[in-house]
This record gives sequence, C-alpha cells and structure tokens, in this order.
Amino acid sequence: MKRDRTPRAVGAALLALLAGGMLLPPWLQFLLTIALAQGLVALSLALLLRAGLLSFGQALYYCLGAYAAGVAGQLWHTGDMVVQMACACAAAALTAWVLGYLLARYRGIYFGLLSLALSMILYGLLVKSEALGSTDGFNIPRPSVLGLHPQESTVRYVVLAVAAVVSAGAALAVHRYLETPLGRLAPAIRDNEIRVEYMGASARAAVHVKYVIAAVLAALGGAIAAATVGHIDPDMAYWTTSGEFVFIAILAGTGSVLAPFLGAIVYGLIHSVAYGLSPNTWQLTLGSALLLVIAFLPEGLWSLGAHRRSPS
Amino acid sequence: MSGAGVAVDGPILEVRGLSKRFGAVAAAQDIDVGIAERSVVGLIGANGAGKTTFINMVTGYLKPDAGRITYASRDITGLGPRATARLGIARSFQIPQLYGSLTVLENVMVGLGIVVRNAGLGGFFARGRPHVPGYDAPEGEVAERLLAAFSLLDCRNEPARALAGGLRKLLDIALAMIGRPRILLLDEPTSGVSTEEKFAVMAMILGAVRAEGATVLFVEHDMEVVERSAERVLAFYDGRIIADGEPRAVLDDPGVQRRVVGAVPEPR
Repeated sequence: MKRDRTPRAVGAALLALLAGGMLLPPWLQFLLTIALAQGLVALSLALLLRAGLLSFGQALYYCLGAYAAGVAGQLWHTGDMVVQMACACAAAALTAWVLGYLLARYRGIYFGLLSLALSMILYGLLVKSEALGSTDGFNIPRPSVLGLHPQESTVRYVVLAVAAVVSAGAALAVHRYLETPLGRLAPAIRDNEIRVEYMGASARAAVHVKYVIAAVLAALGGAIAAATVGHIDPDMAYWTTSGEFVFIAILAGTGSVLAPFLGAIVYGLIHSVAYGLSPNTWQLTLGSALLLVIAFLPEGLWSLGAHRRSPS
Repeated sequence: MSGAGVAVDGPILEVRGLSKRFGAVAAAQDIDVGIAERSVVGLIGANGAGKTTFINMVTGYLKPDAGRITYASRDITGLGPRATARLGIARSFQIPQLYGSLTVLENVMVGLGIVVRNAGLGGFFARGRPHVPGYDAPEGEVAERLLAAFSLLDCRNEPARALAGGLRKLLDIALAMIGRPRILLLDEPTSGVSTEEKFAVMAMILGAVRAEGATVLFVEHDMEVVERSAERVLAFYDGRIIADGEPRAVLDDPGVQRRVVGAVPEPR
C-alpha cells in the first residue's frame, strides 16, 4: 500500500508558514494570507470538481462568510477571528443546506449557471442594502484571536498564522473526508450516476453533502479575507470574483488538497507582477498564463510534481 | 442488501398483471410470473420482445403502467433503482455501466464503500479500514476476493475504460454482486464475449453468483448458452411470456421456434 504523505506535507507547510511568516515583510504577509483565503475557496471548488461539478458562483459563500464575520463583529463589537469564522461557517452551512436541495438536482452547465445566478442574487441584495453599506460595504474591527489583541506591528503575522492553521486543518479534514466512503463516491458520481444509484447510493444526497462542505470552506476563506483587508463590499460576490476562484482551481489542479493553496500563491504572484509591470493589461498576462497551463498541464500545476514523483 | 436474507415461502419474486406501453408499442402486456429462490432463469426473445423492459421494471428503472411486483412478500412496485438495490435486487447492463476513469480495484472499492456507508459505518471519524457488513472482512480483502471470483485480479490497476469488452462485462457483474443481492438480473452477460469463451464465462459468472446463493435471471440470445445454463426459461414475444418451462421443452415449443428462435417460418 502506498504511504500517505499528505498529512506530513501539510504539517511541514504549516510549520514553514508559522516560522517563516514572522520574517516576511508585512506586504508579503498580507499577500500570503489572501492567497490562503483564496486557496480555501479553490479547495472547495476542487471538492466539487471531483464530482464533476464546476461552480461559477462560489463567491456567494466567500462573500457570505465575509459578511457574516463582519455583521457578527458589528453586533458583538468584536474582532475575534474565531467568533467571526464560526459565524461565517454557520451562515454558509445553513444557506448551502437550503440551496443544496435545489442545486443537487442539477449537473454540468445547469449547476454552473445556477450557482452563478445565486451569487449574483446575493450581490444584488447587498448592493441594495443600505444597512450593510450598499456598494461601499463596511469596515470591520481590528482582528483579535480568542481574547488576545495583537499589537499593530504583529497583527498581520497573527492573521497569517490563524489563516495558516485554519487552512492546514481544512486541508487535512478534506483529505480525510476523501478517504471515507462518501468522499470516494465523488469520482463515481462524475463517471456514472446510474451505476451509483443501482448500487444503492444516492448521488443527489452525496452532492448535497459536498455542496455544504464546499460552502463552509469558501466561507472560511471569506472570513479570513475580511479580517485581513478590514473591509468588505458586495464585489466579493460578483461573478468576476467567482471567475478568479475557478481560475485558481484550474491553475492548481485537483491532484492534492495542497494544490489549491499552491495555485492561489502562484495566482497572487502572477497577478502582482503583471499588475506591477503593466497596470492596464495585467489581465492579458493572467489569461496567457492560464492558456499555457491548459495547453501544457491540463491537470494543473500540481501534476508537475506528481509526474516527477511517479516512477517512469 | 444482503444475500443472506430470510427465506420466503413461495416465489422470491412474483409479478402479476405487469403492463407497460411506450406510445403505441406495448412493451409488456399483462405479465404473470413467479420466480423460485436460488433458481437460474433464462429470458429469451427477439429484440423488442420486452425482456429488458421486464428487467427495467423489476429493478425500478421504469414504473409499470399496471400490475404489481412482489419481492420476498413485499410490494416493490414503483420503487426506484436505489431502493430496490438496497432491498437486495441488483442488475448488470447490456452496455456495462462502470466508473470509467477509475481502476478496476477502485470501481470495486467504491461499491464496497456504498455497502459500508449504507450500514452506517465508515463515517468521517471511523478509524482504519472498516469490516464490510456481510463479508466479515476488511474492504481490501473483500475486493481481492471479488476480483478473484470474476478473474479480474490481473487487471485490477487498469482503468475500467481501457478494458476489453468481456472484462467490462465481468466487472459490471462484479459491481452488481458487491451488495450480495438475493436476486441478480443479468442483461446479456455474454454479449461481446467470443463464441468459444461464452460457455466458460457463463459458467464462471454463475459459479460466483450461485456461491452467494443468489437467484439469477439472465437475458441471452445464444440458445446453447441458455440450454446449458438455465434451469427454467421464459420466452418473450410482443411484451408477453409465450412459453415458460424447462429449457429443452421451451426451446422445442413450435411457437418459440417460430417467434423467438426463428427456425420455423411464420405461417402465411
């Protein structure tokens, strides 16, 4: 039996982030934290992709998580990231559980477009909502963790550390889930739903569970992004934000639970460098990068390492 | 779903007045039949005679327009494929229904996962490899045993979509057997298998299936295979069962000869 290296790799990545993160300049700590938040959303997309489902509206839960965190912060006058993330998870899980009854019935382009439509409904609601700041959004309190209030000079690192711990935990939980009978059902649903049903399993129920898990992951990403930026607005639910997450998921591939985080970091690098070099045409560079990946690495960046590790 | 169900008095599967129409075409007309437990029954008939429609109705893929299907003294009319599979009725398909991108072993592991999950085991917090209910062995061991029973061990690491036609059929049947069904319906199990291998393949399939004590209904066009393998034959024509009995008697029936086997021309 092949040895499972993933838990060790996740542990090593977490240690590297916790130890190395301290030495990084604040701007890089910021970029890395945002990449981890986006990586969580890309991980949620990868989970759905394994079952053959491509969501064009995962920004719905990213934004919902951020707003749930922000509203919780305003209601209880707290910047505690743990409280905010708990609220984000609860809001996303409840919403996804309800919407899942509808979405789990659809596959292919219908699933993709329906998820997109739902995210745009949230965008429309937020834009029209004066109480939530309309198009301007609102600021959220400075982050704290379990009652500890970090100083101005260390707050970026603390948020990065929390994001790293949450991301590692999420990656390990998803890795474990993929080994359970329900997790193993994903590629079977993608390949042949008829056989799944004739073997006594409900493809729809399995998709529903995956949808809820994916929503919680995306909401965690949203809550972390909100704490990192300190401001939230309806653009977090806009379709182009969903497009960015799809971009990252395709760039990364579904070969490992670590791949989405790698994809998000690479995406952040390309984005920053391209914007720095040419502020008006940075999308051209991003698009070219995606084209190259699709042409030469159809299974994503992670397949580069996977090919090297597998025996010839 | 388990092959070790409670024994029933009378037939394990009973069909009364089963009818199904597709527009002007009557695919099943008032079918009455009872199937004894652990028997091997061959279904014969020309294309369009109603054999696959019969299988589709018993396994819940199609709802009958009229009639009643009773399995182990329980009315299962109108239940869907998932519900019938969980009760212990499984099937294979004319065109094998596999998980194409997965290897042969992964195909079986998915099925074993479903058995484990339906038994309420193997959740997120379950430690190690669970024992598969009904097999009393861990998943890996059960998978090896199943693959060996269907001569699929050598290709366990090949993707299912890369398998040859005969092996695809065997994997399809192995997947149907994973839940240890009490009734197994096989739709043309030897189609795609070479003529010289047909008898050996059928003997292997029936050996593996009968070792589990399952009742078998199989659709077959090769009358030699039917005669050698079946204990009882149902001949379908125009959505009706026109002959029912021992293989030789049914195959020698003039009506079956004329309408099914095609040996005697239809009278003008």
